[in-house]
Amino acid sequence: MPRTNDFAFKIATANGTGSASANGLIMQAIFRMGIPVTGKNVFPSNIQGLPTWYEIRVSQKGYTARIPEFDLMVALNPATYVKDVAEVRSGGWLMYDSSWPLDATLIRQDLTYIGIPLAEMCNARFTGMRERILMKNIAYAGALAALLQIDSGIVRALLKEKYGRKPALMESNQQAVDIGYDYATANFDCPLAIRLAPLEKTADAILIDGNTAAALGCLYAGATVGAWYPITPATSLMEAFKGFCQKYRQEPETNRNRYAILQAEDEIAAIGMVIGASWAGARAFTPTSGPGISLMNEFLGLAYYAEVPAVLFDVQRTGPSTGMPTRTQQGDLMMCAYASHGDTRHICLYPADPREAFEFAAAAFDLAERFQTPVFVLTDLDIGMNDWMIPKLSWDDSYRPDRGKVLSAEQLDEVRTFSRYLDTDGDGITARTLPGVHPKGAFFTRGSGHNRFGGYTEDGDEYVEVVDRIDRKIQRAARAVPAPILQTMPGARLGLVTVGGCHAACVEALDILAAEGMAIDYMRVRGFPFGEEVARFLEAHEASFVVEQNRDGQLRNLLMLETGTAAEKLESVRYYGGFPMSAHHVISGVKAKLEKAA
Amino acid sequence: MTYISKPTVHHPALQKNAIGLVRREYEGAMTTLCAGCGHDSITAAIIQAFWELSIPPHKVAKLSGIGCSSKTPAYFLREAHGFNGVHGRMPALVTGANAANRDIIYIGVSGDGDSLSIGLGHLCHAIRRNVNVLYVLENNGVYGLTKGQFSASADPGSTSKKGEANTMEAIDGALLALSLGATFVARGFSGDKAQLVPMIKAGLSHQGFAFIDVISPCVTFNDHDGSTKSYAYTRERNVEVVQADFVPHAQAITTEYDPGTVRSVLLHDGSWVRLRKVADQYDPTDRDRAYAFIRERQKHGEVVTGLLYISPDSSDLHEQCNTVATPLTQLPHEQLCPGSAELEKLQARFR
Repeated sequence: MPRTNDFAFKIATANGTGSASANGLIMQAIFRMGIPVTGKNVFPSNIQGLPTWYEIRVSQKGYTARIPEFDLMVALNPATYVKDVAEVRSGGWLMYDSSWPLDATLIRQDLTYIGIPLAEMCNARFTGMRERILMKNIAYAGALAALLQIDSGIVRALLKEKYGRKPALMESNQQAVDIGYDYATANFDCPLAIRLAPLEKTADAILIDGNTAAALGCLYAGATVGAWYPITPATSLMEAFKGFCQKYRQEPETNRNRYAILQAEDEIAAIGMVIGASWAGARAFTPTSGPGISLMNEFLGLAYYAEVPAVLFDVQRTGPSTGMPTRTQQGDLMMCAYASHGDTRHICLYPADPREAFEFAAAAFDLAERFQTPVFVLTDLDIGMNDWMIPKLSWDDSYRPDRGKVLSAEQLDEVRTFSRYLDTDGDGITARTLPGVHPKGAFFTRGSGHNRFGGYTEDGDEYVEVVDRIDRKIQRAARAVPAPILQTMPGARLGLVTVGGCHAACVEALDILAAEGMAIDYMRVRGFPFGEEVARFLEAHEASFVVEQNRDGQLRNLLMLETGTAAEKLESVRYYGGFPMSAHHVISGVKAKLEKAA
Repeated sequence: MTYISKPTVHHPALQKNAIGLVRREYEGAMTTLCAGCGHDSITAAIIQAFWELSIPPHKVAKLSGIGCSSKTPAYFLREAHGFNGVHGRMPALVTGANAANRDIIYIGVSGDGDSLSIGLGHLCHAIRRNVNVLYVLENNGVYGLTKGQFSASADPGSTSKKGEANTMEAIDGALLALSLGATFVARGFSGDKAQLVPMIKAGLSHQGFAFIDVISPCVTFNDHDGSTKSYAYTRERNVEVVQADFVPHAQAITTEYDPGTVRSVLLHDGSWVRLRKVADQYDPTDRDRAYAFIRERQKHGEVVTGLLYISPDSSDLHEQCNTVATPLTQLPHEQLCPGSAELEKLQARFR
């Protein structure tokens, strides 16, 4: 029986051969057919030559989590044949380049093999090494179009959009598509039992990665200074910001920039520049990953204690140390929550997808300025670098930046004296001033001990007064961060709690468990410090599964520390091998815990 | 540090500058450094320079790192915002601040531990970016607050107070700055205010990174016989190569020097710096020869001072970033946010 619009396939190629455009073309064509689709790029830390994969999941129900078993493998990299053949589910298909014979050891009796002489055909049609390699990749896209029933009109239209201004390139790409398409049609029973049929489920959606979406959030929130040090998987955030700025941030009369992007000498300097710029009154941010946050710790303590806004994006990757730079993880939850020496606690936002990456990016600047403190937006490699299908982004034009308590020259004219850390209204937030505005606004920003007037102190009582107020201030931010997403089911006594990108796997897993008769309530935390709803949810359930992507159960630790929930009430479900979490990780984890308890 | 306050009342007959302020209005809190510290003399020179230039104190931002030198911004310009950051990383803070608001006059004060050890990388890159800041390195060759360890500027063979000899090569801030392409490099001596004040004034008017290495003896830990950063040693071996005289914008240049030895350099803000060559073969606009000359005199145990190098065409951070003339902090939200209609439009590329 054919399986329509509900399957997964994987394309195995070598890095640097142009397969990214072919994969993008396939993804986009499926999306244009109105069918929900997600793509996961599994790439090496390398520029050319090492194996790379692209996984595409088609799901008419709109599930976006990774599936680790594939219906179809497009195995084009002999270096990974063995592994690739093993990853196909029983009864699935394997497409390979039949220009060369397939080794007998790679033949599985439970698979159908689709041999297409891609190299042979492309070598005959195209000249030059580079073109032959590139077109071979476009040709497999053509073959897939025939095998999976991708609308060839849409493929043509996409090529035209991309190469419309370069007719020669357009022509050779179309020919390569046709070569693959025609061969598959002539030699195989097309379409396969896994196939596509047009739907109308993507009309109000876009395909976007989280780094691009976060960069848009920075643009829209009015960030003017971006400082950074290149690091995978955060690099594309600043590159996207730069691209948007070049389009939207030029003074028309002079062609001069209404932004400054500073590529720093290291992450320490990057956060220093952000703090300097924020101190001077700009909205400033830095995108980085775990190793960068490690370096920034010293400056983060300064910003926390001296109360200077800063926005950081931590696109998490697999740690510790260099770890696996091109694999995903949620390993920085603890570090970001309490970064730097001494007592600190930082506001953290946890988007689950690119849409929230956009919204939380903009919100981060408001929170940073309102609470005069660093704000972390924690995404991960999967959210940041992969293409997700999300509802179109929207913007409220009535939005105005919340600059927090910043005294104007007029306000400073009125006051007799200004004291930087004097809490006049009891909300824990004290007024700040910007350099150059007014002689009365001057004060000394320092990371050394200071009293409520901003003066240097080594007096214990004066010191305690200030750090206690900062603690109250950050605690109040629990009410200002995005509230958790809650989903309850009648009669549920157990809860499941997660954070960030695990959301996709959790919702799918909960649907499957519910179909099996298991009712579990759901909570996805979206901000730190945790609000009251978080503690209430944990309190209200006999036990909760805490699903996350790190070895040590960092979210669970944070929940215990911050809400006082007993360890026995929080069952840890973890996957931390570097791939995005799958529903089966959640399901098997939950079931294992339940069996153990029974 | 700043908890000791000085009286702010002053005698009506005190001399005022062009914006009606007396010199004392450029002062800060009472110093807490050791009596006789070279840093306090530098502070006095900074106060004098700002006052003479009639710069409104609140239009200045003073930043520093950690250490004795980094305490000094509290002792001048009380109406200026100050930022005492983390050890060695003031260049990053001032780079960000300058990117955000280019209308502020920035002064960074640092020490040899701050600039030449823990923060060496940051200093190098701030020089490369040519951030518009007057950067004063108060150089005493020693870690004072931690009680007398050698710093990276301590000369080989010089001894600590306890008699231990330094075995490593010294990092010379001026040579470092020259090699990194600094557009303004000077060296002064805290005991020579007449030389220092015009140098600071020229540095403040320079569009770009103005680096002044000031030998500033540490009276407590590095003013003994074996030290090469002591008052006696520096006075004895100080070779002034170029006397800088600073002529603010809109003041006529008078010809009191022999024209053959005077060279005037026009700065971005319209003011002039006049350089009088004391040493014959010295050309303060030739980077390579300046470098060679300092090295050459070093071999003879001499400390070359004066405005060592100035580049008349300096392209600062903002020129490199091609930023608008208006400070980024003052751009209205409407100029920064493309709005909802544009968001709808730009998402076409994500379909």
